[in-house]
Amino acid sequence: MSPLLALENVTVDFDGFKALTDVSLTLEANALRILIGPNGAGKSTLCDTIIGRVRPTAGRILFKGEAITALPEQEIVKRGICRKFQTPGILPSLSVMENLLVSGRKNRAWWRAFTTATPAQEMARAEEILETIGLQDRRDVPAASLAHGEKQWLEIGMVVATDADLLLLDEPTAGMGPQDTQRTAELILSLIGRHAVLVIDHDMSFVEALNGFTTVLHQGQILKEGSVAEIRADAAVEAVYLGRAKDEVA
Amino acid sequence: MKPALPITLLVLVLGAAAPWLISAYELSLLGRFLAFSLVALGIMLTWGEGGILSLGQGVFFGLGGYALAMHLKLEGLDIANGDMPDFMTWSGVSALPTLWRFFVNPWLSLVYVVLVPGLFAAFFGWLVFRRRIGGVYFALITQALALAFATLLVSQQALTGGFNGLTNFSTFAGYDITSQGAARVIYLITFMLVVAAYFALRWLLATRFGTMLRATRDGENRIRFLGHNPLPYKVVAFTIAGSLSGIGGALFTLHAGVISPALVGVVPSIEMVVWVAVGGRGVLWGAIAGTLLVNFAKDEISSALPSLWLYALGALFVLVVSFLPGGIAGMFSNPRLPPRLLRRRQEVVE
Amino acid sequence: MHESAFLIGQVFNGISVASLFVMAALGLALSFGLMRVINMAHGEMLMLGGYLAYLTLLVVPGPLGILVAMPVAFLGAAFLGGILELTVIHRLSTRPLDTLLATWGVSLILQQAARNLFGAIGVQVVAPTWLDHTISFSTGILSGLTLPDTRLFILLVAALILGGVALLINKTRLGLYVRAVNQDRPTAAALGVNARLVDLTVFALGTGVAGLAGVILALLGPVTPTVGQSYIVPAFLVVILGGLGSLVGTTIASLMVGLFTALIEIYVDVSVAQVLLLVFVILFIQIRPQGVIAVRSRALEG
Repeated sequence: MSPLLALENVTVDFDGFKALTDVSLTLEANALRILIGPNGAGKSTLCDTIIGRVRPTAGRILFKGEAITALPEQEIVKRGICRKFQTPGILPSLSVMENLLVSGRKNRAWWRAFTTATPAQEMARAEEILETIGLQDRRDVPAASLAHGEKQWLEIGMVVATDADLLLLDEPTAGMGPQDTQRTAELILSLIGRHAVLVIDHDMSFVEALNGFTTVLHQGQILKEGSVAEIRADAAVEAVYLGRAKDEVA
Repeated sequence: MKPALPITLLVLVLGAAAPWLISAYELSLLGRFLAFSLVALGIMLTWGEGGILSLGQGVFFGLGGYALAMHLKLEGLDIANGDMPDFMTWSGVSALPTLWRFFVNPWLSLVYVVLVPGLFAAFFGWLVFRRRIGGVYFALITQALALAFATLLVSQQALTGGFNGLTNFSTFAGYDITSQGAARVIYLITFMLVVAAYFALRWLLATRFGTMLRATRDGENRIRFLGHNPLPYKVVAFTIAGSLSGIGGALFTLHAGVISPALVGVVPSIEMVVWVAVGGRGVLWGAIAGTLLVNFAKDEISSALPSLWLYALGALFVLVVSFLPGGIAGMFSNPRLPPRLLRRRQEVVE
Repeated sequence: MHESAFLIGQVFNGISVASLFVMAALGLALSFGLMRVINMAHGEMLMLGGYLAYLTLLVVPGPLGILVAMPVAFLGAAFLGGILELTVIHRLSTRPLDTLLATWGVSLILQQAARNLFGAIGVQVVAPTWLDHTISFSTGILSGLTLPDTRLFILLVAALILGGVALLINKTRLGLYVRAVNQDRPTAAALGVNARLVDLTVFALGTGVAGLAGVILALLGPVTPTVGQSYIVPAFLVVILGGLGSLVGTTIASLMVGLFTALIEIYVDVSVAQVLLLVFVILFIQIRPQGVIAVRSRALEG
């Protein structure tokens, strides 16, 4: 059986600056993959490339065995990939519930939008997700008034609501304290088995809490792949990444 | 924010009773300004809810106004025998132009008042939005549209009446439209249409369409990555605004007895936006209140000190936008949107 | 007159109109690239330049007055632009649509002030005698073609300004900062570039160039309170066609708009030409919505 997602020798070139060089990567259905690397390693570009926001200069991307490299963004989304952005990509003037309902909408035809009614099934699913992300008591406030961590969870909820097969989570713990980070890790682990999840982060405590198969990206290239423990033990990774992360903490 | 029920009822009663409460002159002003407020409601929908700023709403206002005015010019003429509107005779036109023949029937002309601006807005909006042109670019393109439209109207003297526009109307479908009684009927029709538009939009904004339109404003890209296509929501909103402007233009033409390029060009188009900015871009009643307020103020100031009005209008733009982005309505409500939302980044071309 | 001479004459006209557009649009495009805001009072900077030329010639009459007027207009417009940036534009710079509206208000005030100070009819600036010539061709396929000196002068001034700004952006430290902020504002700021000062400088520079363009306009016709308005809408279209903040894009787009207008006016009248220009712009963005020159950087894709 072919993997859910396969990147084959993907290269991205921004006016001479190689953001990604010859990156190959596969991800099985319902699996977790962690992508780490220092700033500027190309993590977000990799995400952008999968979702069709950035087009690779060379190489191709397969999703469920189908080449999606040249598809328009909406088509890629329709195939079942959904992405959480680095800065919270919530809809600030909509309420928390509206955010989830917009994301979880099954029939996206615009002419079906002229009604105030929401299908019971969609409503129930949204309530369920609301509970998973722990924002029940924030249900009807504008998303803009949420605290930073709550915004991140809401966006994870939105991504989950799309029922996509592959969720791309770009720095889901950016700006979070240790407690919130721990909760986010639990939230993500609860999604595995129902969705494949690709998490991008550089917070090692978070990565350790997730404890999944990890890929290290450095200067647009794959430096090392393996379990978190293996990554920890690798000298090259230590040199370019973990050492620097320690410096930052210190 | 919706106004409380007693206030709504009071406004409805006062509005309906206005023909018997105020002088004929004031009624004519109020009627005109209510016609304007239909344009403002459209701007509120596109700009306030959709984040689409059009600086060319005068075009749709003009299309509606001219559609009705062209018919009014044909009323009472024996077209089969080669009769023509007065200005055409003066311009040396020999036969009624084909375009005008569409406007012989009064009821069809009323359909055009809604359809022509609506369809044009739909087509124009689709062309521009499908290439993801929005924000500042869209504002500039619509301004160029307003300029081109007004220039074209002026230059096509024989077809449009040129700079003076179309005026001197007497009847519609055989009814006299110049009498005191007719003015009251026209006012009441205007009032009812504004009320209908207000409630229709209130419903529309409560539907999922309204949610999607706001979602599109909040993050067009986000919507796209959630698998939605934002294009139809923007096009439909712009179309509705176009039709509302067209109806407003037709009603204005009835009240004022004239439609001319000076009412539809760049400056009037941007003035329409200031009505909504003053009233409060996020609130339906604010659009209507702002329109009435700005226009009554304009009437007062420009009749007393003509040159002062442009200073006042200019200062109004700067001050309201800088210090009171929520407009008058924003002062009354505890805003649903926190102020920093007003500062959200605009998406232009990607 | 020979047909090809007529055509070449129109092309020449188009290029000289384009050089006015490029001067009018340059400041708009540069500031738009940096701050994503459009200054609707930019047309009034042209007007200001025109009136400053008129005033300068009252003080310094004679053949060289116009050469004195140019730096005066540049500085005057740059100064007013700087004030505008500091008071209105900076305050609103995160709300581009509101900036449009507020600066439109400023433009109304400036127009009315000009009307009160100088009258609605406008004032005349007489071109100096050394610009009062035409180059005429009487033989060959160009026979009948006449090129007025003023038009050649416009070309020269536009070329000098473009060259100067290109040097400034590509060769100086300020230019380096401009390019850095253009590409990625937060990173540039983090690296110690004073992005605020860059914004202000570029904005003032752009309005100054518009003031210079106003002097040129004054040579072509009367200076009226609304003289800027007739050039500003095409300048907006140039910005749309040109692409974000690109000098080359703005130049090419100006040439496109100038030549399109001049050539189409052979067949249709001015008002229809205006409509067709808009149709052309809308068709163009169907093919290249990102403009003539697309800047591909991550900063634009956020």
